[in-house]
Amino acid sequence: MTDPKDNTAVLEVRNVSKIFNVPTPGFEREYIAAVDQVSLALREKPAQIVSLVGESGSGKTTLARIMLGLTPPTRGQILYRGKQVSDLKKDEWWDFRRNVQPIFQDPFGIYNPFYRVDRALDMTIKNFGLASSQDEALALKSESLRAVDLRPEDVIGRYPHQLSGGQCQRVMLARTLLLQPKIIIADEPVSMIDVAVRMLFLNTLLDFRDKYDISSLMITHDLATAYYMGGPMLVLCFGRVVESGDIEQLIDKPSHAYTQQLLKAIPSPDPEARWETRANVKITDRPLTHEGDKCVYVERCPYAMPICSQRRPPDYEIEEGHYAACFLYRDKPERRRTE
Amino acid sequence: MNVQAMAQTKRQGTGDAQTLMEIKDLRIWYRTTRGNAQAVDGVDLTFKRNEVFGLAGESGCGKTTLARGILGMTKLPGFVESGEAIYYRSVSDSSSVGRDLLTMPAREMRQYRWRDIAYIPQGAMNVLSPVTRIEKQILDAIYEHSEMSKEEARARMFECLEMVGLETTVARMYPHELSGGMKQRVTIAAAISLRPGLIIADEPTTALDVNVQQVILQELKEITGQLGLTLIYVTHDMAVHAEMADRMGIMYSGQIVEVAPVIETFKEPLHPYTQGLISSIPVIGGDRSRMVGIPGNAPSPLDWPSGCRFHPRCPKVMDICREKQPPMLEVAPERFVACHLYPTPLSGAAPASEELEK
Repeated sequence: MTDPKDNTAVLEVRNVSKIFNVPTPGFEREYIAAVDQVSLALREKPAQIVSLVGESGSGKTTLARIMLGLTPPTRGQILYRGKQVSDLKKDEWWDFRRNVQPIFQDPFGIYNPFYRVDRALDMTIKNFGLASSQDEALALKSESLRAVDLRPEDVIGRYPHQLSGGQCQRVMLARTLLLQPKIIIADEPVSMIDVAVRMLFLNTLLDFRDKYDISSLMITHDLATAYYMGGPMLVLCFGRVVESGDIEQLIDKPSHAYTQQLLKAIPSPDPEARWETRANVKITDRPLTHEGDKCVYVERCPYAMPICSQRRPPDYEIEEGHYAACFLYRDKPERRRTE
Repeated sequence: MNVQAMAQTKRQGTGDAQTLMEIKDLRIWYRTTRGNAQAVDGVDLTFKRNEVFGLAGESGCGKTTLARGILGMTKLPGFVESGEAIYYRSVSDSSSVGRDLLTMPAREMRQYRWRDIAYIPQGAMNVLSPVTRIEKQILDAIYEHSEMSKEEARARMFECLEMVGLETTVARMYPHELSGGMKQRVTIAAAISLRPGLIIADEPTTALDVNVQQVILQELKEITGQLGLTLIYVTHDMAVHAEMADRMGIMYSGQIVEVAPVIETFKEPLHPYTQGLISSIPVIGGDRSRMVGIPGNAPSPLDWPSGCRFHPRCPKVMDICREKQPPMLEVAPERFVACHLYPTPLSGAAPASEELEK
């Protein structure tokens, strides 16, 4: 799914790494690869929703920030329509800013509590010159709010604290819709809203894909949500993509030990099918991993072999489009690394 | 209301020694400039000894207000309008002394807090002081609420840290040196430090990963069994309830709408709101049909809808629902529901499932 020669990709991440300098007890400095040689592509046609699943500390948010151009990567390239984001000229940068839109986790944290929520919409209209008059702006606002299942009269003129989390989050979607972007990067958009309302948000994202051809990168820790959205999925573990493929393939045949563990840990909504075994996951700090080092999961992996702590496992193709970075699949063809 | 009847049946069924806490017609309101926000408005619940009670409901339904209210931690502008929360402190194996926590003087309430009722608040990251070592934070709680000596308290602290699977070196650390899961474990260790009879856990794992969540939930459940305490687990995540709870209460708009053992809650939910909650859980595998959730927004606590509070969003709304508030009835053993669809006790399981299919 991340074929480097494919040029329908609007936003592409190629072998991106982000190295952070972390203090350790003592005087030595350590380096940690928060994102470690990750490649992925978001296409325009057909629009798709790519899920990025991983636990906290796996580098999900760092990757999102890199893709939004908010944090420069240490190594690797982010390409917007084939051009490096860091080299974009001013008007190209505006085009990038307009077409790649974020949705953040905390629906209340993104609004200034002193301003009315529709200011977020007004500023967008103003900054991008979307309307030429007040009336036009109001019509635009109302239209986009209706598109996300909100009644404009419920939202316009209200303050953030007067709305529910689900409503706030959908106002963010309405703002996004005003710009008709090509890509939405949603960082844990539903983790803070209620189950009953969560569906409305997810359905809106599905509608965006089907009606407006907007692709999304859906960052989540919840496999069930990812499954509901469908499409390709990447499993991120300590900064590395350990398994990728279509979500059906991953659920059917979870190949990397980490994916298997994730699937096991999900509480099932059936009181008669409770967890049978006790989780034997050690809650430790994330290991300090370096690029090209051993497998990141080796300390917790039940199948760990000597080779796992010697070098980094490449991606093996288990079946078409389904890759796992694990030496258990050494007999399978290796994916060619792109430079 | 059939409050008395409910309390009565409970008592007969379980016997006094089994009852840990009884909440009767509890109302906790918030004073606002636009009138009283009736966040908790007429809750009746009974908790038994050594059970895991799951409290579910969407945000804003009063779960947290109820949890904090039971602890006597309601702060202005919140106030207890009416009701009782009787806690039965066990004296011996067969007898217990009940005291109403809500009318108790503050000084006496301090005796109950932590020693009898502990609280694991929402968002562990935010409850620990960033400038104080873990050991001091736990020890302070122990000194404050018990007469333990320094040595005893330290021994107890290490014991509790070990129970939740933390290394004793954690004691000397500051919260920022710990991951979210470890901080959550520290709060659990602090909560069990005085061996309370009741722990109220308010969304303790919402901010954590599934892997860590599983570990913490299993630990909590194990500790509950080991120490023989009652855990009230508050979360909106129904899947977690399915893993944890023995009995469940579903809260909507400041009231409890359904109380039943967990299997019945999931297999045969009675209240339309419970049905909506359960059908909006995404499941892995199976067909990927579009789910609707529960349409509409939760009503405002300043102005609850008339009659049944769920009626504006209810798919099975009838005329009576708009006018009359449904009483809480025991429709089958141990199963209580407040809904006009069930005016009489269910006679066996068959008629109920018929009702559901409609």
